[in-house]
Amino acid sequence: MTATYDCIATTTLGSAQSNVTFSSISGSFTDLVLVVFIASNSINDDMFLQYNSDTGSNYSNTTLRGNGTTASSTRTSNATGARFSDQSSPTTSSSNIAIINIMNYANTTTYKTNISRSNNASTGIDAMVTLWRNTAAITSVKVFPASGNMASGSTFTLYGIKAE
Amino acid sequence: MALTYQAIATTTVGSGGAANIEFTSIPGTYTDLYILYSLRSNNASVFDNIIFTVNNSTSTYNERLLYGDGSSAASAIPGGGRTSNIQFLYTNGANATSNTFANGSIYIPNYAGSTYKSISFDSVTENNATSAIAALNAGIWSTTSAITSIKLTGNNSTNFVQHSTATLYGIKNTV
Repeated sequence: MTATYDCIATTTLGSAQSNVTFSSISGSFTDLVLVVFIASNSINDDMFLQYNSDTGSNYSNTTLRGNGTTASSTRTSNATGARFSDQSSPTTSSSNIAIINIMNYANTTTYKTNISRSNNASTGIDAMVTLWRNTAAITSVKVFPASGNMASGSTFTLYGIKAE
Repeated sequence: MALTYQAIATTTVGSGGAANIEFTSIPGTYTDLYILYSLRSNNASVFDNIIFTVNNSTSTYNERLLYGDGSSAASAIPGGGRTSNIQFLYTNGANATSNTFANGSIYIPNYAGSTYKSISFDSVTENNATSAIAALNAGIWSTTSAITSIKLTGNNSTNFVQHSTATLYGIKNTV
């Protein structure tokens, strides 16, 4: 039986850290799934991805968000990262979790999109779509908050899915 | 090669219905849990809630909801901050279009760890009418115990109808 869902790499932070990077990602999968678990109260800001070390203004983000009181949607063009979480002011009792699907990441013809869901039960719910305006295959993914460090115990796991 | 994504258990409701779907004795050998469901209840409503609990616990839950019904979007803290369960996953009720079932997914990262358990819920109802619901829910069970059982219960003591299904998958981060 062909394994269609593989763990490519996983990292658990042993100390607070400003970013995590998955590098040398093989092009042998069809899609990528990144699962992020940010330990309690470690950041107070948005979270982003950057692909292939691209820090340019080549990303666009569309957000659907609920904070427990209101629903809202925002759009950012020419951003310097693919935003996947908008969890400001988390409390000490809750963690941020996010599941990010990166489609057709290895093709060299189209720009790359992802869809993400992120949650913090004390601050709200996000559903986001991002675009990276680059046709290169994604070979590295950097995960980082807009400011601050991600706490010890935070986990990051990258899965690959094969369409076969 | 490691089996990364594995079905732990699956349930299909038979004739007569079922008051709940429960997964018990969940081993701690995975990293994350993922549930996919297709459910319909016999409650006399178009849409209905599903009551979600773990380890038969009736405390320390919290949730925030974002939903749209085809005409507007809103966000809420359901039940005014009720802590006895998580309730705003949606299912179809008996007054929804015949033969339509609601779909949903529940993702629980780090379910066997010693941190509080954050949970992601997505659910949609189906109905051949102007209104249907898409709901995203952030939940937490503020307990450090490993999750060893998960129960989905019909609201207001109603039953899930025949052909309702739910499957529990385990995901391992073994490289």
